[in-house]
Amino acid sequence: MLKINNITVTFEIDEGIVRAVDDVSFHVDRNEIVGLVGESGCGKSVTALSILRLIPLPYGKIETGEILFYGKNLLELDHNEMRKIRGRAISMIFQEPGSALSPLHTIGRQMVETILLHKNITVKEAWNIAETWVEKVKISDPKEMMFAYPYQLSGGMQQRVMIAMALMLEPDLIIADEPTTALDVTTQAQIFDLIKETRRSHTSILLITHDMGVIWEMCDRVLVMYASKIVEEGSRNDIFSRPKHPYTIALLEAIPKLSADKGRLKAIPGQVPSALDYPSGCHFFDRCPDAFDRCRDEKPKLVDLGNKHRTACFLVKNEL
Amino acid sequence: MNCKQPKKSPLLEVCDLQTWFPIKRGIMARTVGYVRAVDIVSLHINRGETLGLVGESGCGKSTLGRTLLGLEKARRGKILFCGKNLLELNRRELREIRKSMQIIFQDPLTALNPKMNIIDIITEGLVEFRLIQGTREDHAKRLMNEVGLDEEAIYRYPHEFSGGQRQRINIARALSLRPDLIVCDEPVSALDVSVQAQVINLLMDLRDRYNLSYLFISHNLSVVSNIAHRMAVMYLGKIVEYGPTGDIIKNPMHPYTKALINAVPKPDSEEAKHKSKRIILNGEMPSPSTPPSGCTFHTRCMEAMNICREKAPQEVKSGKHGVWCHLY
Repeated sequence: MLKINNITVTFEIDEGIVRAVDDVSFHVDRNEIVGLVGESGCGKSVTALSILRLIPLPYGKIETGEILFYGKNLLELDHNEMRKIRGRAISMIFQEPGSALSPLHTIGRQMVETILLHKNITVKEAWNIAETWVEKVKISDPKEMMFAYPYQLSGGMQQRVMIAMALMLEPDLIIADEPTTALDVTTQAQIFDLIKETRRSHTSILLITHDMGVIWEMCDRVLVMYASKIVEEGSRNDIFSRPKHPYTIALLEAIPKLSADKGRLKAIPGQVPSALDYPSGCHFFDRCPDAFDRCRDEKPKLVDLGNKHRTACFLVKNEL
Repeated sequence: MNCKQPKKSPLLEVCDLQTWFPIKRGIMARTVGYVRAVDIVSLHINRGETLGLVGESGCGKSTLGRTLLGLEKARRGKILFCGKNLLELNRRELREIRKSMQIIFQDPLTALNPKMNIIDIITEGLVEFRLIQGTREDHAKRLMNEVGLDEEAIYRYPHEFSGGQRQRINIARALSLRPDLIVCDEPVSALDVSVQAQVINLLMDLRDRYNLSYLFISHNLSVVSNIAHRMAVMYLGKIVEYGPTGDIIKNPMHPYTKALINAVPKPDSEEAKHKSKRIILNGEMPSPSTPPSGCTFHTRCMEAMNICREKAPQEVKSGKHGVWCHLY
C-alpha cells in the first residue's frame, strides 16, 4: 500500500548539510502494524514527516527517492492534492498531544474543522460524527467534553482526542510518532488497546518509537534504524529471537528487563555519532564490537536472509 | 563519609511525613484546600542500600525526594538522617548536613548552569564548603575520571556535551562532597536506551565503591528492578507496598502493583505471549487535592470491596514485605 523507495532527506544548517535520512526504503502492507525503532536523532521522525511532506521548508529537502501510496508518488502531488491526503487517507498521531492540539479552540471545534475539510456535510452532522468518536475512544461524558479546551484534559485524555481525530475519517494509514512516550505505563497500556480495538480492519499503522517493549506489544514487522539508515528489517519474532545486526543485538541487551535478579547491564559503548560527521563506512563502526577493516571504508547494503528478514552488515554476508 | 551515625540504625529514616501544598484563591490568596502530595509516608534506607520509589507521574514521588533534602517544606513528620531530625535543625546545622545529601535531576541540561564551565560546576560545592586541597583542577580531574569523562574537557560548557555526558557531569557534581545519600530523581528517563545502560552501570559501580545510599525515583519499573535492593510503590501520596525488589516483582500483593507490573511491555518473555491475562487499569489517578475516601485506590481497583470505600487499610506485614490493602 505504501512503498518508500530510496528516500534521502537533508537539512541545511549553519554547520553544513545534515543527511537525516539516507537512502531508506521500506513498505507497509494493508492491515499491517509496522514498527520503526531507533534512538533519538536517528531520523525516524523525519522519515514519518517526509511521508506526509511535512518537512520544514526551506531548510529541509527530500533529495531523492519516491513515496508511493497506492502507486501514486506523493512527492509529485501539488498542494491541494496533498491536503486531500493528509488527515483523510493518511493521518498522524504526534508525541505530545498537548502541543499538537490548538489551545484556543474547543475539542469539538477542532474535530469538526477537520471533518468539514474533507467531507461535504453540515456542521451538525460533523458534530455528531465527532461526538461518536469521542465516545468510541472512551472519554467519559462525551457531550460535555466536546466543549472542553485541551488544557482541561490530562495527557492521557488529550492523546485519546488525538486518536479520535486520527481515526474519525477512517484513513488507510495512521502514522503514530511516539504516541505514548509522554504517558505513564498504565495509560500507555490503555492507549494501545484502544488503538488496536478502534482501527478499521484494514487500516495500517506505522508506529515510531524508541521503546523495544512497545514494538513487542504492538507490531507485526519491525524496522530498526540507526544514524539515518535502516540496519535491519524483519518480522517481530525474527528481530527479537534472531537479531542479526550487532546494533539490534546490543540494543536488545541494553534494555533493562523487569526481573528479580540484579546485575550490570550490557551497555553499548560510546555515543550516537553526530549527524554532521557520520563514519564513512558503516555508521555503527565506532561502537560495533565485531567491526573489521571493511566496515570502516564501505557502506553495507541490506542483504536478504529469507523470510523478509534483511540486514545491513558485512558479517552476515560473510556467513552466506 | 561525613556522617557518623550510631551503628545498626538506618542512615535515613522517615516517619509519617506529610508535604501538602496550599491551593490559594481570590485577591486575598485565601487557602481553600491542600494538594496532598505526600501524605503520611514512612520509609528507611540503610547505608549502601538503594531504595527504588516507583509510581505514575503526579503520585508525589519527586515531592517526597525533594522534601527529604529540604527543598520542599514538610507539613509534619520526622526525617531522621544520621540520627538527627532534619526538620528540627536550624539553618547552620542544616547547611552542614546538606553536604551528605545530594540530588541528581531528570533533565541533565536544565540542571546545569549554561554559563558555567565544567570545572566551576563540579567544584562549586567544594569551594563553597572550603574543602579544596591542592588545586581545583586536580579535584575536577579526579571527579571526571571517576564518572568516565575525558579530563581534557574541564573548561568546556554544558551545551558541548551529549545527554549521557551531561548526566555524568551531574553525577560528578553530586559526588564531589562525598555524600552518604543521593536522591536520584528519574536520572535516566531523558536518555537514549543505549546510553541509559551506561549511566545505570556507572551509578551501580559508584554505589559499590563508596558505599553510597540511593533513593532511586523512577516511573520505569524495569530500570528500578535492575538497580534497587528494595522497592516502594507510591500511589496518590501514599506508599501502598514495599519490600525487597525480587519479592515485589515475583509476588506483587497490592492490585496497583500488579497492574503496574502488568502494564510494562516485556520483550522476549513467556508471559507476553499469553496476553489474555493482561490487567489494564481503567481511568486515571484522582486529584490529590480531593483524594477518595477509604483506600485511595478503590476508584480504579478491580477487586474493590465495600470496606475499601469506607475504611483506609492498615499495613499488613509479612517479613520484609508490607502492603496496605484490605485483601490481606
